[in-house]
Amino acid sequence: MDLRTAQALIRFGLGRRGNEPLPTDPAVWLRDQLRAPDPSHLDPRPNSATAAAAFLADRASKPKPEDSRVRALFRSEVKAELDNALTTPAPFRERLMWFWTNHFTVSARGGIAAGACAYIEEAIRPHVTGRFEDMLFAVMRHPVMLRYLNNAGSVGPDSRAGQNGKRGLNENLARECLELHTVSPAAGYTQADVTSFAKILTGWSIDLRGNPPGFLFRPFAHEPGSHVLMGRTFPPGEEGGVAALHFLANHPVTHQFLARKLVLHFIADEPPVDAVRRIEGVLRDTGGNLGAAAEALTTLDAAWQPGAKLRTPQDFVVATLRALDLPDEQRGQVNVQGILANLGQPFQNAPQPNGWSDHANDWAAPEAMMRRVDWAYGVSGRVGTRDVASLAEANLGPLLRDDTLLAVRRAGSRRDAMTLLLTAPEFQRR
Amino acid sequence: MALTRRTALLGLTAAVSLGRVSLALAAAPTEKRLIVVIQRGALDGMAAVVPYGDPALMGLRGEIVPPAPGQPDGLLDLGGYFGLHPSLASLHAMYTAGEAMPVHAVAGPTRVRSHFEAQDCLESGAEHRMTSGWLNRAVAAMPAMTTSRPEGEAIAIGVSVPLLLRGSAVVGNWAPHGIAAPPPDLYTQIATLNQADHLTGPAIAEGLRERGYSASVMSDDTSRPDRYAFPALARAAGELLRAPDGPRIAALEIGGWDTHVAQVPRLKRVLEQLDAGLDALKQGLGDAWPQTAILTMTEFGRTARVNGTKGTDHGTGTVAFVLGGAVAGGRVMADWPGLGSGRLLDDRDLMPTTDLRSVAKGLLVHHLGMPAAAIAEVFPNSATAQATSGLIRA
Repeated sequence: MDLRTAQALIRFGLGRRGNEPLPTDPAVWLRDQLRAPDPSHLDPRPNSATAAAAFLADRASKPKPEDSRVRALFRSEVKAELDNALTTPAPFRERLMWFWTNHFTVSARGGIAAGACAYIEEAIRPHVTGRFEDMLFAVMRHPVMLRYLNNAGSVGPDSRAGQNGKRGLNENLARECLELHTVSPAAGYTQADVTSFAKILTGWSIDLRGNPPGFLFRPFAHEPGSHVLMGRTFPPGEEGGVAALHFLANHPVTHQFLARKLVLHFIADEPPVDAVRRIEGVLRDTGGNLGAAAEALTTLDAAWQPGAKLRTPQDFVVATLRALDLPDEQRGQVNVQGILANLGQPFQNAPQPNGWSDHANDWAAPEAMMRRVDWAYGVSGRVGTRDVASLAEANLGPLLRDDTLLAVRRAGSRRDAMTLLLTAPEFQRR
Repeated sequence: MALTRRTALLGLTAAVSLGRVSLALAAAPTEKRLIVVIQRGALDGMAAVVPYGDPALMGLRGEIVPPAPGQPDGLLDLGGYFGLHPSLASLHAMYTAGEAMPVHAVAGPTRVRSHFEAQDCLESGAEHRMTSGWLNRAVAAMPAMTTSRPEGEAIAIGVSVPLLLRGSAVVGNWAPHGIAAPPPDLYTQIATLNQADHLTGPAIAEGLRERGYSASVMSDDTSRPDRYAFPALARAAGELLRAPDGPRIAALEIGGWDTHVAQVPRLKRVLEQLDAGLDALKQGLGDAWPQTAILTMTEFGRTARVNGTKGTDHGTGTVAFVLGGAVAGGRVMADWPGLGSGRLLDDRDLMPTTDLRSVAKGLLVHHLGMPAAAIAEVFPNSATAQATSGLIRA
């Protein structure tokens, strides 16, 4: 394996799976993943109809936690998502899906767990190589986001529903959409812009009993009149929100913000300015085409310099299990969801709407590293009769250091050898 | 035996969810204890300490104000103008005993309504984000340790260290793992293989040291069931700080304050956790309580008016609590700006009249005895925020 192949598998992918065939040309392998349809097949595929049914059933029967349909659904869907990551032949796409899911964070607390994976499958995955505007639109109209950031019950103070003064505005979604999803504080918007955008988004709500359940615009709750957001006037009605999202998605500062986040994820914790500028240019010139931006990332020299990023717990656990490539039955026994929670990164459950950090310092606290070490030792018990030295070479290629290989060869047991491989710094990095 | 003690502690904190609570600790050359509780998500200060004497209050938020003092489930009175939320009974007992003091209409160094920017500034102690936190800089500014532990400065519980305690003073961390650990010689080999890596090398070396260290200072008697993670963690923190050779500085985090929707029931739950946690800290600290000062702080307050979903949105002025056996409590400290017409910031938020940095400086100066020159380094460009006096018993 040459260095570029190793880098393609590790930096852009999720780590090599067992002895899977190596790509003949790593750049082409990555590009083809972006151009071909998403090959993942989740069974059953999470969707809003199932989510709404579970949510309504729990609301009606108020079950004990162990009998909750929402909880059972969330567990089985997370398992399917993670199993897909362990087996997908298009790991670059999967990493992009993770990236955008984190950009548009929702957190699976309470009823939101019911739709947390449907949200991925309906709002994120279909758009990872499409236009940013389409993803933003799908996110902002998805019931899970409308509930997570409290827009579903937001009512215009001068709307018909707001006339009696009992209900009114909630600005949470409007604020986080500006700050975290689109233009970022660098655009210099004000509190008046936040309030105005919140008014524009009044009426953007949920119909859980629809067929299928999903977005519903409620004119009764919509604040009348046109509203000014960042110097632009937007008309009343649902189309005002649509136009505002179109404006925000294509704002130059949004492109800059997204470019910086992509470079941060794929190149280095301190994003090189020229790389950011390049990706920003691609987003601008293609009207926010995320597939084009992803492909441009693979053409940057800086992206092929190994080891600049620390694997997050999710990266680390998935790369480990791909390296071990357990038989289906054994793979099914591993509680990946529980492990991720124990290592501090529970799936679809970031503590705040800004999602998981992409900076090594936030993941390299001593105890966090110790937990990785301990889990590595635990999972290494599953190494079986594999030859760990050849597994190490197959997985890391030229990135494998002599010291590590020597320690692996000298280890007293296969389990110890596997632990040393998994905890070596070159395996912690991507 | 050390292993047994650690196992007992693991039993305790295995119940601790690490999503929204965490604890970080640092040693310092003092017998005083200083604990900072970060309330992430923005506490509604006017719901925790209700200015029921303000004539404009009911017009702004009558539907979320608890009944007056003396009525069933009513406010716990704080001297005739302010009342404590009924879920804060332990805190009220400390107030009555002269050990707790709300500081009202406070705000951090910035006037932004972004959680993340405001939290960063609050923890940095500055008007912009820094790479270190003010509590870490305070530890670093103190004279070098003279104890027998040559590197011994700090540990954190939880899988990450909050910005507040990040910086040049060494902070490690510890948390339950609940998984069979590798044998010692394998740990040694792992540490050696990571030595050359500037990130994983020090982290693993420190992690190993902290586990040994934690085992030696954790007490046996900590495995009692607790309903909530925060009180359990607070109890462990108190016991660690109580130990003669234990740490002296702690930062605890508790989330769940971002009450945009249905504030009354949601805030009640998290206030109960906070109250139980502060009580657990006191119990854990035991005979070290008279040496202790605790500061609770949050990134900003919430709107004076109720929003359209029976919650409140991001605001500005809020409340901080200063409590502990060393605190001159039993009163509310506030330059109360009023809630009447024209008094609200941007016609929406409680107007801040006290800079939180003043309160923090007051604790560093009067509790830890830090000199003024050191304080200036801990809080850069903050000359206008003078150290608050009168927080600590003479």
